[in-house]
Amino acid sequence: MFDTNELVINMGPQHPSTHGVLRVVLRLDGETVVDAEVVIGYLHRGIEKLSENRNWTQIILLTDRMDYVAAATSNLGYCETVEKLLSIEVPRRAQYIRTILCELQRIASHCLWVGTHAMDIGAMTVFLYAFRERELILDLFEEFCGARLTYNSMRIGGLPQDLPPGWDKKVLEFCNIMDSKIDEYETLLTHNRIWLERTKGIGVIGGAEATALGLCGPTLRGSGVARDVRKDEPYAAYAEMDFDVPVGMAGDTYDRYLVRMEEFRQSLRIIRQATAGIPEGPIVGKVPRLIKPAAGETYHAIESPKGELGYFIVSDGKSTNPYRFRVRPPSFCNLQALPRLVRGHLVADVVALIGSIDIVLGEVDR
Amino acid sequence: MADAPEHAPKVAPPAGPTDPAPPADKAIPVFITSLQNAVPEGVEHVSFYLGDWAVIVPASHLIQAATYLRDAADCAFDYCSDLTATDWPPRAEGRFDVIYCLYSTRHRHRVRVKVKVAENQPLASVTGIWTAANWFEREVFDMFGVTFTGHPDLRRILMPEDWQGYPQRKDYPLEGPGELLMENPIDWLKLRQSRDEADIE
Repeated sequence: MFDTNELVINMGPQHPSTHGVLRVVLRLDGETVVDAEVVIGYLHRGIEKLSENRNWTQIILLTDRMDYVAAATSNLGYCETVEKLLSIEVPRRAQYIRTILCELQRIASHCLWVGTHAMDIGAMTVFLYAFRERELILDLFEEFCGARLTYNSMRIGGLPQDLPPGWDKKVLEFCNIMDSKIDEYETLLTHNRIWLERTKGIGVIGGAEATALGLCGPTLRGSGVARDVRKDEPYAAYAEMDFDVPVGMAGDTYDRYLVRMEEFRQSLRIIRQATAGIPEGPIVGKVPRLIKPAAGETYHAIESPKGELGYFIVSDGKSTNPYRFRVRPPSFCNLQALPRLVRGHLVADVVALIGSIDIVLGEVDR
Repeated sequence: MADAPEHAPKVAPPAGPTDPAPPADKAIPVFITSLQNAVPEGVEHVSFYLGDWAVIVPASHLIQAATYLRDAADCAFDYCSDLTATDWPPRAEGRFDVIYCLYSTRHRHRVRVKVKVAENQPLASVTGIWTAANWFEREVFDMFGVTFTGHPDLRRILMPEDWQGYPQRKDYPLEGPGELLMENPIDWLKLRQSRDEADIE
């Protein structure tokens, strides 16, 4: 079936640059990728099935385990969906704190992305720098909720606890540190000749095709589609925040990189505004003791660092667990485009492209 | 505690989603009315709940309705946000709901399209309309066993290729069939039964 010139090689599932347990079967002609097949499911834990057998509060900590480098956004998406089902009003103080947590999370996730992406391409230094700043964010989270990775940091109707005293000052301090650090990353990469050679014109995808393929988040915006759930369908306190949605033009790996670098700055802008404006008040809304939404279903999406994270939840109105719990994982949709992106490029670019779509396998496989 | 919900008193399974009709004073948005005009048999029911619009489309008119929703200027649903299914085993008119969450990047509106499918009834694939549907449909096939005709590569995606059964179906046990089911289904049934009896005692 295969031509004698074609070689089939297996990349992963245990491969450092696949960011988890991703397996890609590559068909090569020399060093050029003719076709690729993505094999997933190695990390499938049946979170959707499990959630249908847990009560509504227990599910929050399962959502931590999906996108484990951005657990707070997964928490938020789930809690907001249940709040929508219950028609609960969340106090503004909680909304603001949630916004800060999610934006810190976005920076932490992007730090991990820029570090590993650069390391995959061969720039080791950025990895060390970015993890240094990510550590500061983890410290902030640890102070807020006691955990460094799986936060369980939200509750249906609000937050588990109020901010520790002085926490907001530490956040602002962090923002001041981060400002100069982003410039540092950019000095290392943005005009670096090797970086440009490795990322410009690699994995080009146009806006219309990217939309049809269901790409989301910075991966879609890199192709020039200004789609950001925070702007288009505002949730939490984003409607009151002033920020820009960066979009790329070329739709290549370099533009996706630039979009995420600008998102660092926009996130800092949001954090500063939100921290300055945290209103006084309660942190939990009026939540019934026994959470049992009326029969019905809803889909609610938020913008996770990877893209549109949607939850589709059906309640039967009788039991204390959801009848159907479905997650629309952004990484899953972005990963689907990988074969399309790598076709015609070199083997070394596969690694660059896996980094560029920023996937977390915990979320792809659930 | 971990397996408490398994043994909790069983509530009778619901026969289907509620799909409430919109209140009389709520105007039906133009993307639904224009679909109703263009494909009259394509809209069985219109529902509105918590700000979400949904239409139930018969399986026979799915492709026609989906193509219209993508291409018509006032609909322009160019983004297939999500595609999933729900299982309602007792329902007479087909146990599965296949649900398409659509979004328009131009008008920034959303709609949910629902199709009722019976077990072993193939459904037309929408991969030709939204390429994003490829993996979503594979997942629905993997988890529910709904087959899609015209899908380019309908294989299991998350479960191993030789897996038996469809895990997201409501009659599939939470703990999974385990290795014993693969090797000896009768022993597995006996084990399950003895465990249930022990619980009753």
